[in-house]
This record gives sequence, structure tokens and C-alpha cells, in this order.
Amino acid sequence: MALVMLALVPATLFGLSQFGWPAIFLFTVTLGATLGFEALSLAAAGKPVRLTLMDGSALLTGWLLALTLPPWAPWWIGVVGGALAVLLGKQVFGGIGQNLFNPAMVARVALLISFPLEMTRWVAPAPLFTGDAPGFFEGLTITFGGQTLDALGFDAMSGASILGHVRTELGQGEVLNAALTGVFDPFSALLGTVPGSLGETSALLIALGGLWLIYKGVIDWRIPAALLGTVAVLATGMHLIDPGHYAGAPYHLLTGSIMLAAFFIATDPVTSPVSRAGQLVFGAGVGLLVYVIRTWGGYPEGVAFAVLLMNAATPMLDHYLKPRIYGRDRRGQPLEYPQPEATAATAKPGEGRQ
Amino acid sequence: MNVLGFNLFGELHGIRGGVHPDDRKSLAAGQPIEDLPLPGLLHIPLQQHIGAAANPVVQRRQQVRKGEVIAHAQGAVSAPIHAPTSGRIVGLGLYPANHPSGLNVRTITLQPDGEDRWHPDIRGVEDPFALEPAEVAKRVAAAGIVGMGGATFPSAVKLNLRNRYSLHTLVINGAECEPYLTCDDRLMREHTAQVLDGVRIMAHALGVSRIIIGIEGNKPEALAAMREAAAEHAEVSVVKLPTRYPMGSEKHLVQTLTGKETPARGLTADIGVVVHNPATAFAVHEALRLGRPLISRVVTVTGQAVAQPKNLRVPIGTRVQALVDHCGGFSEEPAKLISGGPMMGQPLAELRVPIMKGSNGVLALTPAETGQRAPAPCIRCASCVGACPCGLVPLTMAAHVRTGDLDGAVDQGLMDCIGCGSCAYVCPAHIPLVQFFNHAKGELAARGRAKQKQTETKRLAEARTARIEAQKQAKRAAMAKRKAEQAAQKAKEQAKEQAAAKADHVEAAEAN
Repeated sequence: MALVMLALVPATLFGLSQFGWPAIFLFTVTLGATLGFEALSLAAAGKPVRLTLMDGSALLTGWLLALTLPPWAPWWIGVVGGALAVLLGKQVFGGIGQNLFNPAMVARVALLISFPLEMTRWVAPAPLFTGDAPGFFEGLTITFGGQTLDALGFDAMSGASILGHVRTELGQGEVLNAALTGVFDPFSALLGTVPGSLGETSALLIALGGLWLIYKGVIDWRIPAALLGTVAVLATGMHLIDPGHYAGAPYHLLTGSIMLAAFFIATDPVTSPVSRAGQLVFGAGVGLLVYVIRTWGGYPEGVAFAVLLMNAATPMLDHYLKPRIYGRDRRGQPLEYPQPEATAATAKPGEGRQ
Repeated sequence: MNVLGFNLFGELHGIRGGVHPDDRKSLAAGQPIEDLPLPGLLHIPLQQHIGAAANPVVQRRQQVRKGEVIAHAQGAVSAPIHAPTSGRIVGLGLYPANHPSGLNVRTITLQPDGEDRWHPDIRGVEDPFALEPAEVAKRVAAAGIVGMGGATFPSAVKLNLRNRYSLHTLVINGAECEPYLTCDDRLMREHTAQVLDGVRIMAHALGVSRIIIGIEGNKPEALAAMREAAAEHAEVSVVKLPTRYPMGSEKHLVQTLTGKETPARGLTADIGVVVHNPATAFAVHEALRLGRPLISRVVTVTGQAVAQPKNLRVPIGTRVQALVDHCGGFSEEPAKLISGGPMMGQPLAELRVPIMKGSNGVLALTPAETGQRAPAPCIRCASCVGACPCGLVPLTMAAHVRTGDLDGAVDQGLMDCIGCGSCAYVCPAHIPLVQFFNHAKGELAARGRAKQKQTETKRLAEARTARIEAQKQAKRAAMAKRKAEQAAQKAKEQAKEQAAAKADHVEAAEAN
């Protein structure tokens, strides 16, 4: 888990610098809250607190959750999110290794449904120490002040995420190209100088971190490959059918939290299948659902829902997609050799030679 | 290139899973085989093989000569035991077993006389290839040879498989995939010709025309030696195996070499292949050419806690303590003592237990080598799934065993587990997965025995009830018969009396 967090560091640092002090405060509050609730529930359950906190799982959950929040969201979003992730997402199932659903995604979806306003208010990046960026104290006011951004005079900063913007425009009958104009630039989406949550912005840094994890053998390539591959194939296919309405693969792969999901969220071992075949199906399923929700669903982004739905399918995938047992066929029956060995043995050794 | 499932050019077939432990063979691999001096006492257990224990045929205080039978084989799957040296039988009793329990088992204790005199009847044959295959198997059985890779299955039974299966290939398992162990490596290097001779005799006994000797790539000297020796025999091919644990698992080895997968719950003979170990081949050579029974074996004594790791030729029945002493004792207090390899070996209960026919290693490991740590919760990382060579899902099986649901574990494939320990080796949470499975298998076996006992008891009880009932009925019948007889008698007597009375009456009347 330490390596996973290490892989998240570049993208996180970049995101924090992009969104300035309020993002730093929210990040800190979310991690603190997650650890706090974990400690509380461990103490309540009579389990060793310090030892279990050291496993890093709660910290990682809080980290991933913070990466999916709007960076300028108020502090209590982080606290409520931390509570939901640890208590509802993990500890009620019995703690580490026992949960069915990805805790960070449970928290994110619960927050999104409960507080739609706070959870969809995105801001344009304002890198630290640049002219537009809020200073330390302004940052404190944004995160802890309890007032809306408009009231604080940061109205100009707010903007929709790319996915949200395009969805709204398409909903109003605009054609895709018009909707994308001036909003989606593959290069800035890749680098991350676009509105969004901390972990959504820099597809490049997230992907690099993920690839490093695959290289180190911490995560398996199957889930990310199946997930991204499915999205890419679907997006390309639909784009070829109707380019005026369906965006191509780069748009889908570089916007939103698809990279974060592919490398860091869907690969959570606890909530994904254990067999290789199961992992491929799981990744493809998440990719399919993400595309469907983004394209035809009610939300601009569907990663969290897609992951949770496939989490629910994991026990079933594990049941049906077990590896083949040595000496048995796929259905578990012992192998049979139709041709008796006698014939094979007495056949002339020259036969079959090419 | 693949002809009828055989690789002609040393091309290998992949198997799934497996792990790459640090082989630590360099500790002992450079040590030539050394004869261990005769110890003061030999403790020879009667159960050194799979199957029925041997039956002692010697008396206390009896003098025996080297190679003399001291216990006969009992039943079809068993092996006789011979005196490892000349001397006097000083005990026929119980002695701690070379088994984790250290429980006492029936053991013959022999006091060597130091003369090491062979029994006069020990005589080999000039040309084993002139013998009938059945005769070869008979001699192998009489020599008490068992699978020396550790499984200790009586070798003659395997040689006789030709009667029931159509065989085509003999595979020699020189993988020695267990880390640390080097006894087969040394044997193949130092006694190349003898091992090869034994291999060819076994092929003759099996009636197969093809021999594949598989040796892992981490034993280049053994590979080169065997290759050179095998060059003049067209039917023998020596194949370099990838160094991967558990390459030496019989069914996986056969698949790697021939591409054929043994059916579940079946034998490699089902696909026409029989597997033997190089040490077994060496023993077969000695038995056939020299007439010598299996009375000693090569044991690797190693581990970082051993002062001078060595490969020793040890008379069967020597205490482990004598081996350790010969290697200069312990350089530091060992954290773990193991009989066999580190992956599948068993913990040694104590140092006075004897070396048996299947003991291939004695390991004394330092705390740093064992790397034992407290287990953490499973986070389903699936490392074990990737490592399992049998395609099982160890984490699910362990979850079933943990909750006591053994039947659930069996449904998940518990009985297909070969107990190689790759899962426990790779588990980042240090969960002793294979120990869970071994425990469950033991529990199931005990349950099976208990059930058998129960049915047997029930059968006996029912038979007894039936017997008692039958006796009762017989008694009743006899009683009834007697009663009827008595009644008949009475009736007869009455009739007689009446007749007599009547007669009296008539007489009286006549008299009147």
C-alpha cells in the first residue's frame, strides 16, 4: 500500500499545486477524518488501533476519496466522506479485506447523491502563488468559511468539468464539435490544467503512476487494460458511427477520473475478482458501464457507479471464472483421454513428423 | 517440434503458477558425498514407506550381517528392511519417529559390531537386461527400495505398473526443486554411470523405450555429466528444466516434459509415464548389479545454522544428531529444524530421531532464514492464485477451512492440492495457507477413518444382535420342540394309562 501511495504522489502534488490552498486543506481534512474514524471504529471493536492504522489501508482510502472531491469543496464534505468511507464502506463488513464495495467509491457516491451542489462545483485551476490563486487565509475561508464561492468573490473561478460542460451542451441540442470547442484540448487534459477533481486532472501523471505500479508488480495489468481498452473500443466505434454526437477515444480516456479508476480504484484487490479471467471481465465491465453512464446516463461521469456495480458482481465472477484445476476440465471433471494410450504407444514413432 | 506429445528438441511445455525461491543450494552443492562413520546404535523404524509396516523377523540378541533382512514386507504395498551393518539386535521396541509428532513407533535397534561384514548371500547379476522385467521388479522389491525423493512409495509396485497400464516413457525426476537440497545433484555428478545404469534397468523393467531425465538449470554440472553419460544411449534424453518450484512435482514435471496433463485423481501411468528419482535409480543399480539392498542414502545437512554443510552417505537408522555432529554442530541456535526441504519438509521433533529411507535433508535454519512473521488479514491480492500450480484459489479454500467448512474446501478443490506451499511462500500477509490445507486434509482423513470405524462398529453390533436373536430363536424353537415332545409323551403315557386302566377294568370284570 505504501507503493500505491507513492505512485499517487506526483499526481497529487500536481493537483494540489493546481488548485492551491483550499485543495490542500480539503485533502488534509479528508485524510485526517478517515484516519480518525478508522481509529474510533477499531477502538470500538476492541482491535489494536495503532497496528491496524499502520497497514495504510485507511490512509489510502482517504487519499483516493480526496482525489475525487471537488478541490474547493467545504471541509465537512471531507469529514462526512471520511466517515462514510470507513464506517459504511469498510468497518461494517468487518474491516480490512472484508468489504464488498470500494470504500472511497461508496463515500463518493453517497456524497454525490446527498450533496449534489457541493459535489459538482468545480473550479478552474489557479496554480499556487499565481495572481488568481487564493492565498493561505483566503484558502482557509473557502474551505472552512461556510460561505458560497460567489459570496467570496471567486465566482469567475468556478466552471464545469469538461464532461459536465459537454453533457449540458449536448443536452441543449448542440453538436459535439461546438460543445467541445474551447473546452477540450487533449493536451491540457493530458497534463491536467483543466477543471476537475484533484485526481481527475492529470491523466498523464496518474497513468504514469499506474504503469509504475504494474512494472513493480503491485497491480496486475489485466484490469486497467480491459477497462481502458473497452472504453477506447466503444468510444472509437460510436465515434465512427456518428462523429457529430459521440466523442472519440482521446476525449473519454483523458477526461474525468477514468485513469484514476483504471489504475487505482478498480484494481483494489479486496473488491475485484481474484482470477485472471475474472479480472478481465471485471475491467471490461467497469469500462462498459462508464461509457454507458457517460453517454446515455443521468450523470456526466459514471466511474464511481460503474466500479460499485462491478464490485457487486465480483463474488459472482469469482464463482464462475475460477482457474482451471490441474488435471480437470473447465467444469471440474477429471480429464479424459479419448484415445487409449496403447494406440499412441504402439504407433510408429515416425508418424506425425513434419 | 512435437511428435506424439514428445519434445524432440528439448522444447518444454509451460505449466501454470510456481514460485522462484532463493535456492540456497550453494551452501552444500560444492560438498562431495562423504561417508558418515558408523554410529554406536542404529534405530531402524519398521514404517519407512507408504503402505503396511514391515514385520520383524529377528530376535533380541540375534547377530545379523550387513544386508540381512530384519523385517519382511507385509502385503502388496510394503517394503522389507535390511540390516545397515553387521551387529547385534539389542532392541525391538518403541522409539521416537522422524515425524513432526515425535511419537514412538516400532523400531529395531541394532548395535554395530564395527566389522561391517556383508551377508554371504549378497550377490548381484551379471546382466540385469537379460532378466525378465518381472524378475527385476522382484529383486527391487526384495532390496526394500522405495521412492527416495521423499514419497517413499515402494518402487517395485511402480515398476509393476506395466501389468495394468500401457507405458511408453520413464521420466527421471532430477529437478530437485526444493531449495537447499543437493543430494540428488551430488549423486548425479559423482555416480553418473551408476545412476544412468539404474535408470536403464528400470526402463527395462517397465518395458518402455524412452527415457527423459529432467534436471533443473541450477545444476549445470549434473546436467553436463548426465548428458555426457547418456550420449551413447539413443533412448535417453537429458533435458534442462527451468528453475522453478515445484518443477519436481511429478505431474507437473511430466507435463513440462511431454505436454500431457495427468487426469485429476489419476496416476501419470494413465498417460503412459512413470516417474522415478535419481537416488532410487542408484539404489536399483546397487540392488541389481551388486545385490545390495537399500541400507543407506545420501542426506544433505545444511542451513545457515549448520557449521559445515555437507552431503553425507548415511546408514539408515542413524540419529540426526550424529549427522549434525559430523557437520561441526550448530554455528548458532537454529530457529527451525526440518527433515526434508524447506517447502514441503516436516519440522523435526528432536535430534535423536533416525534417518529413514525417504530422508533427503536435514535443515537447521537461522531466524533470518525462516523469515517467520505474524500473519495479517487477507486482502484478496490473489498472489496465491497466481502461484498455485494446480489452478486452485487458495484464499477461498483457506476461508472455508478457517470457518471449519471442510466440505466447502473440498468443493473448491482441496483434494487437488499437492501441498507444495507456493501459496504460503508468496503470501504477502504471511498467512500459512498450505498449513491450513494440510490440517484440513489430515482432519478429513481422520474423519474418514472415524466413519469407517463407526460403520464397522455398527456392522459388528448389528451382527451381534442378529446372532443373539438367532440364538434366542433357536432356544425358543428347541424349547417348543421339547414341550411338544413332552406333551406328546404325556399324551402317550395318558393313553397308556387309560389303556392300562381299561385293561385292569376289563380284567377285573372278567375276574368277576
